[in-house]
Amino acid sequence: MLIDERLEVETPEGAMLSLSLAGPVPRALAYAIDLAIRLVIYGALAAVFAALGKAGMGLLLIMAFVLEWFYPTLFEAFRHGQTPGKKAMGLVVVHANGSPLSFNGSLIRNLLRTADAFPLFYLLGFICTLISPRYQRLGDMAANTLVVHIEETPQIQEQEQGDTLAPDWALSRDDQLALLAFHERHDRFSEARQQELAQLAYPELAPALALQRLNAVSRYLVQGPT
Amino acid sequence: MKQARFEQQYRPEWQALERQLEQLESLHVSKKNKLTLDTFVTDYRKLCHQLALARERGYSVQLQQFLNNLVLRAHRQLYRYNPSLADRIGTFIASGFPQAVRRQWRWHLVSALAFVLSMALVWVLVHQQPEMIYTVVDEASITNLESMYQPENQADMKNERSGDDDVMMFGHYIQNNIGIAFRTFASGLLLGVGALVVMLFNGSFFGAAAGHLINVGAQEPFFTFVIAHGAPELTAIVLAGGAGLRLGWAIIAPGPWSRLDALRLAAKDALPTMYGVFALLLLAAFIEAFWSPRDLAPTIKYSVGAACWALLYLYLFFGGRDGTRKG
Repeated sequence: MLIDERLEVETPEGAMLSLSLAGPVPRALAYAIDLAIRLVIYGALAAVFAALGKAGMGLLLIMAFVLEWFYPTLFEAFRHGQTPGKKAMGLVVVHANGSPLSFNGSLIRNLLRTADAFPLFYLLGFICTLISPRYQRLGDMAANTLVVHIEETPQIQEQEQGDTLAPDWALSRDDQLALLAFHERHDRFSEARQQELAQLAYPELAPALALQRLNAVSRYLVQGPT
Repeated sequence: MKQARFEQQYRPEWQALERQLEQLESLHVSKKNKLTLDTFVTDYRKLCHQLALARERGYSVQLQQFLNNLVLRAHRQLYRYNPSLADRIGTFIASGFPQAVRRQWRWHLVSALAFVLSMALVWVLVHQQPEMIYTVVDEASITNLESMYQPENQADMKNERSGDDDVMMFGHYIQNNIGIAFRTFASGLLLGVGALVVMLFNGSFFGAAAGHLINVGAQEPFFTFVIAHGAPELTAIVLAGGAGLRLGWAIIAPGPWSRLDALRLAAKDALPTMYGVFALLLLAAFIEAFWSPRDLAPTIKYSVGAACWALLYLYLFFGGRDGTRKG
């Protein structure tokens, strides 16, 4: 049912969580956004500290150090696993068991950036994310962390009313899922396409009639007999 | 039970849980609107059960997704990691750091040997054959070294040096030295080669500088300058190298674990050392910027320097040995 790039994690309560892993491209874009933010901050600080002479120079060097090494760590550790770039791309860093990122985890994965950046432009890290089944770079492997997409939570729709009809065949679980998906999403298709899909279920009926019957059956699955 | 009844029955519970989650996720909560969270854990367990039911009964993907995301949010809050910071820093300095260093003494020994042996070798070579310096160090660095430590230049420098210079150099040492230490650690991941190369390079460079400055008669300004901050600085670089080697070795010879697990364990094990390295280098930068350039009698500088070395190594060897736990 669900396509690739998902990881199932079992919580101690026995529930299965499903996480959507983020590949190299959105992560590279998030990195680029963070880099731009860091450069802008650095430029602004440089302009301010330039007025303070040599002492300002010293403070600027300290800030450059903090920006280089602690910008990702501090954001990830204190902003629920998200740097501003990751937030913009809808990504979040979590531990491999789905729990939120700890300070230590964030520090390990960010200290080891240098190894991922080897020899140039994150080549080694890129190769690792391609090889790793969970898209982990070296730092992620050492810290046992994952970068995952944040998924939008769908709103539960109000059920529409209408007549219902029990299915006239032995319903399998896959049939049920397919019908329910159709029921929730049929508004997004044109009438003609809906009819076309309905005819897959009832090839012997006329298109409009097939759709009517399919809607009744899927309503039955949601609401039960009226 | 049909999906519609399921939703109808449990939706109030989901909404209640969502309100609790909003409160847990926000950073500031007004006292007036504060909810009690007594039922959070029970509600979360119920939700887990409902998600399992929804999957098992084949309710729609949208509902499953909704419940899955709600479980995910609640799970994040329940397993959030949040101990008191001040306590942990205290224990770390009192015992955690020296224990972590001693636990990995083999790697630190290898790292220290790489540094000390390359330093001794180049030092002796340069001392025996002064022209050797030109094969080890490039000319710009030699000029730079000489101008920094020549006795006649020293007098000028000290007169010109102001508080502003101290702050500038403090920033420089932090940015440069701590960056080097962190990179040394990370490059250890490349099968340990990176960390080893950094140790050999730094050892040779230090040996060359020392040997050359003795040859040109600038030993006193050089050694009075470096002796005090050398203790935390050189130690920290050696420890960063050792921690890096530990990572590399986990990949070369993972022992009974898979390479991935061995790497994880090694990183976890090496992390306290890196916190300590960071603290030592901050200390070193402070001493180097504000104490080392002071123009005091060599006896004072040598005694303070010796005290730095002695205290640091007493701390690393004996800190956190309370007899109850093997260090």
